[in-house]
Amino acid sequence: MELVNPGIGLIVWMTLAFLAILYILGKYAWKPIMTALKERESSIHDALNSAEKAKEEMKKMEFSNEQLLLEAKNERDIILSTARKIKETIIEESKQKASEEANRIIVSAKESIRNEKMAAMTDLKNQLAELSLEVAKKILKKELSDPKKQEEYSKELMKDVKFN
Amino acid sequence: MIRSRFTSLILVVVFLCSLVSLQQAQAGAMIQEGSTLKPADSASVREMKEKPGEEKFNPGEMIMEHVVDNHEWHIITLGHLNLYLPLPVLIICEGQFHAFWSSKFHNETHSYLGFTLSKQGANKGKIVTVQQEMTGKGPNVYDFSITKTVLAIFLSSFFLILIFISVANRYRKEPNQAPHGLQNLLEPLILFIRDDVAKSSIGEKKYEKYLPYLLTIFFFILFNNLLGIIPIFPGGANVTGNIAVTGVMAVFTLIITTISGNRHYWIDIINTPGVPWWLKLPIPLMPIVEIIGIITKPFVLMVRLFANMTAGHIIILGFISIIFIFGQISSVLGIGVGIPTLLFMIFMDLLELLVAFIQAYVFTLLSALYFGLATIEPEHH
Repeated sequence: MELVNPGIGLIVWMTLAFLAILYILGKYAWKPIMTALKERESSIHDALNSAEKAKEEMKKMEFSNEQLLLEAKNERDIILSTARKIKETIIEESKQKASEEANRIIVSAKESIRNEKMAAMTDLKNQLAELSLEVAKKILKKELSDPKKQEEYSKELMKDVKFN
Repeated sequence: MIRSRFTSLILVVVFLCSLVSLQQAQAGAMIQEGSTLKPADSASVREMKEKPGEEKFNPGEMIMEHVVDNHEWHIITLGHLNLYLPLPVLIICEGQFHAFWSSKFHNETHSYLGFTLSKQGANKGKIVTVQQEMTGKGPNVYDFSITKTVLAIFLSSFFLILIFISVANRYRKEPNQAPHGLQNLLEPLILFIRDDVAKSSIGEKKYEKYLPYLLTIFFFILFNNLLGIIPIFPGGANVTGNIAVTGVMAVFTLIITTISGNRHYWIDIINTPGVPWWLKLPIPLMPIVEIIGIITKPFVLMVRLFANMTAGHIIILGFISIIFIFGQISSVLGIGVGIPTLLFMIFMDLLELLVAFIQAYVFTLLSALYFGLATIEPEHH
C-alpha cells in the first residue's frame, strides 16, 4: 500500500471508529469527568472562601474576647475595690458599735452597781437600826429587871426632867 | 475491577492468538537474522550470497513493510516459525461482496477467488484481481478489509474507552476527593487540555462545546503514538503515521471549524481586514488565498502528524537495518555496529516518546486555535 495514498476502507473504518469513540467518550467519560472536575473546583473554591471567612471571624472573635477579658478585669477590679471599701466600713461600723455597746454596758453596770450599793446601804442601815434597837431593848431589859435599878434609873431620869 | 477487565482482555488476546496460523516461514527478510548469528568467515558469506533461495536483506522494503498498512499482523518470526494474525478481508468488486481471511492468500498461487495481493507497481500490497496483476488492467477493487491499522484503531479505541470510563466512574463514585491511581495520571493531561488548550484558544465562554472533541483527538493521537512505539503485538501498528487516519481527523477539524464559523469569521475571509483594497477589488486575490487557507489548515494538520510519526518509525527501522546490513557482511561487524546503533535507537525511542506527546498536543492545539478563530467575536471599540 502506498504511503501517501489513503485507502478508502481505512478512511471508512477510521471515520466510524472515531465517531464511535467521540460519542462514547463524550457521553460516558468527558461529561462526568468535566462535571466532577467543575464540582470539585467549586467545592474547593467554596471551602477556601469559607476558611477565609472563618479566619476573619476568628480574628473578630479574638478581638472581642480580648475586649471581654479587659472588661471582666476592670469589673473585677471595681468589685474588689468596692468590696474592700465595704469591708472597711463594716469593720469601722462594727468597731464603733462595739465600743458604743461597751460604753452602754459600762454605764448600765455602773448604774446598777450604785443602785445595788444604795440598796445594800439602806438594808445595812435598817439592819443596824434594828440591831441597835434590839441591843438597846436587851440592855434595857437587863438594866431594868432589878427594881432597885429601876428606881435608880427613874430617879436619874427624874433628874433630867426639869419642870420648867 | 480494572484488574478483572485486564484479565478478560488478556483472554481475548489469547483467543486471537489461537486463530493465528503457525506457518512455515518463507525465506523472508527477518529470517536472515539467524544466519547472521552464525560464525561467518568470508567464505561462508560468499557461500550465502551464492545461495539461490536466500534473499538479500532489503532495508527499504523492510522499512516500508513495517510503516504501511498490511492485511495481516506479523507478530514474530522465530527460526522457521512465522507467527502472524490473519485479518478479515472484506472487498467489493463489480458489485459483489467477498469476505475471507487474509491467510487464504497463503497458497501456491498466492491468490483466492481471483484476488491477489499485488507484488509490485503502484498497487503494491493492495488487493487486486489476478487479471489486473497479470495484465495491468482490471475492475476496481473496493477494499474495506479490517487491516492491521483498522484493527489497531479498534483495539486502541477499546482501550481508550475502557480507561476513560473507569476513570469517569472513579470521578462519579468519589466526587470531591483527591484523585488517585490512573485518575491521578490522566487528570493533569485533561486539565492541561481544558485550561491551556481549550480555554486559552477558544475562550472562557465557548470552550465547553469543543472540549469533548479536543480531549478525544488528544488522547486518541497520544495513545496511538505511544502504542506505535511499542514493537510487540497490541502496539507496533503505525496508526497515527497513516495518512488516512490523520486525514480523517483533519477533516473532522475542518468540518467543525466550518460549521461553527460565525458571521465575523466568514466576513474576515471574504473581506480580509488590514489588507490594501487592490488586493481584493479587481481580482479577489486575498479572498482566494483565504479560501484556500480553509483547506490548507487541516491539510497541514494531516501531513504534520503523518510525517512526524512515519519519519520517527522510519528512522528507528533504519537503525535496525544498519545492524542487519553490517551483519550480512560479517557478524563481528554486525555486533560492533549494533552496540552504538542500539544506543542511537534508544535515544530515538526516547525522542519518539517526546514527539508522541508533542504531536498530540500540536494537533489538538491547532484544532482548538482554528475553532477559536471561527468563533471569535468582533471586538467593539
